[in-house]
Amino acid sequence: MKSIRIAAGAGYAGDRIEPALDSICRGNADYLIFECLAERTIALAQKEKLADPAKGYNPLLEYRMQKVLPLLHEHPVKIITNMGAANPLAAAEKVRQMAKQEGLHLQVAAVLGDDVLERLNDYGDLPLMETGAPLRTLGNSVVSANAYLGAKGISAALAAGADIVITGRVADPCLVSGPLMAEFQKSYDDADFLGKTIVAGHLLECAGQVTGGYFADPGEKDVPELWNLGFPILTFSENGDLLLEKLPGTGGLLNEATVKEQLLYEIQNPAEYLTPDVVADFTGITVQQQGEKVLVRGATGRPKTGLLKTSVGYRDGYIGEGEISYGGHNCTRRAQLAETVLRHRFTLLGLALREVRFDLLGVNSLYGPAAGVFAPPQLAEVRLRVAARTADEETAAAIGREVEALYVNGPAGGGGARSRVTSVVSVASVLLPQQEVQVMLHGLKGEPYEIV
Amino acid sequence: MKLFELAHSRTGDKGNISTISVIANHAGDYETLQKAVTAEKVLALFAPLGATKAERYELPKLAALNFVLTGTLGGGVTRSLALDAHGKALSGLLLELEV
Repeated sequence: MKSIRIAAGAGYAGDRIEPALDSICRGNADYLIFECLAERTIALAQKEKLADPAKGYNPLLEYRMQKVLPLLHEHPVKIITNMGAANPLAAAEKVRQMAKQEGLHLQVAAVLGDDVLERLNDYGDLPLMETGAPLRTLGNSVVSANAYLGAKGISAALAAGADIVITGRVADPCLVSGPLMAEFQKSYDDADFLGKTIVAGHLLECAGQVTGGYFADPGEKDVPELWNLGFPILTFSENGDLLLEKLPGTGGLLNEATVKEQLLYEIQNPAEYLTPDVVADFTGITVQQQGEKVLVRGATGRPKTGLLKTSVGYRDGYIGEGEISYGGHNCTRRAQLAETVLRHRFTLLGLALREVRFDLLGVNSLYGPAAGVFAPPQLAEVRLRVAARTADEETAAAIGREVEALYVNGPAGGGGARSRVTSVVSVASVLLPQQEVQVMLHGLKGEPYEIV
Repeated sequence: MKLFELAHSRTGDKGNISTISVIANHAGDYETLQKAVTAEKVLALFAPLGATKAERYELPKLAALNFVLTGTLGGGVTRSLALDAHGKALSGLLLELEV
């Protein structure tokens, strides 16, 4: 029975590179996947592209390719990545140049069509999934709009001979579905098969999170050599069974527990995992240890909804933050006094704050008033944090300044003040009918061409 | 007994929604979890954090439950004022549940 090996090379934009290089050299992989696009990343990348039309792709693209390309002479693995972010065309051109310099004759394809910003005015009536308000209420604050594409652009690029496929926004698991659909030449009407490829993609898309990352809990769930975490490689068989492994000699942990945690990660209704090409059903899945490897089987699928989730990035004001620490006897009460001082100061200065939040780090910053379920410990130190949402940058900066002023004017022994201002780009979502989005390929046959 | 004695857990986020799995350490304890970790109890635990809704999904083949919480993330990772804007630490609260 035919099988394909796919390795995970990155689970987020800034991930480590060494595990990917190890998988290229020792993993005998057919494909390597770099998933580098969080919900908001593309909106920030769009701002970079506006400032410089040659930018707007993942800032680590060149760094990664400098390390990866020289290895491809001996290990010709194909690469699929969403490092194109807001500018897959520029990213593909960059990689093409780098490959040429390395003496590699590689076909580099860009998948386009996710960027629907220019046509957004046509969709003003669509309700935002978060609030129900119409899209047009975001007005001119919108900076980006990207539909989540499915796997078709990737599988078509591979079928046309691409060695490297660079996308912008595609649904993360489709980075894996794409090569599997191309390799096994299945129909996109085969919902069960698609569902199995989606599970494969879902398990690889966060890379080290299935091999012991985001898992270790000393004494409860120990993970060996977390500093040397091996990334997963899966073998996908034509019957849809998938076998996960990590390379011998790497750190980390791969067992039923790590796989189950990642299988359910970010999943809402496990019977209805919505993706552009299929509604995947996880409820029939079994996870079974097989020696050092873990076998996952039993996913199914139902026909797609015909709607594409589309992320709309919009400017959403500023967040001003400040922090300061207090230690020793009575430190919690001094931190609380600092909070009282700040609240008075914000009022005296007439700061226009849309929302303000105070935390005591070590006490209630993670669980707020729900932290009462834990017995209060004797604290050697606490750190007060304030964060406030503002319309303008100046007001946001005043938050941190007022925290720093506590050094001299606040309670006894305040130390380590830090402040920060963040320009906020938030993300809202709408559902676009699939026929509104045309997937295009670029870089294989000269001119861009559309695929169905 | 605390839930962490029977199960492990991982938190994820999708927009303003938090997803938290509860996975039995030993598959034989799944029925105990099913009885003890109800959506009502989980909602009550997270209500002080702003939770307005808790849905529970059952995965007997994985000996796991999956919870979907609305209201705990302060607008989601892109705009929340919280230090842990993803809510990555929320599984640590769920595992404190008395079962």
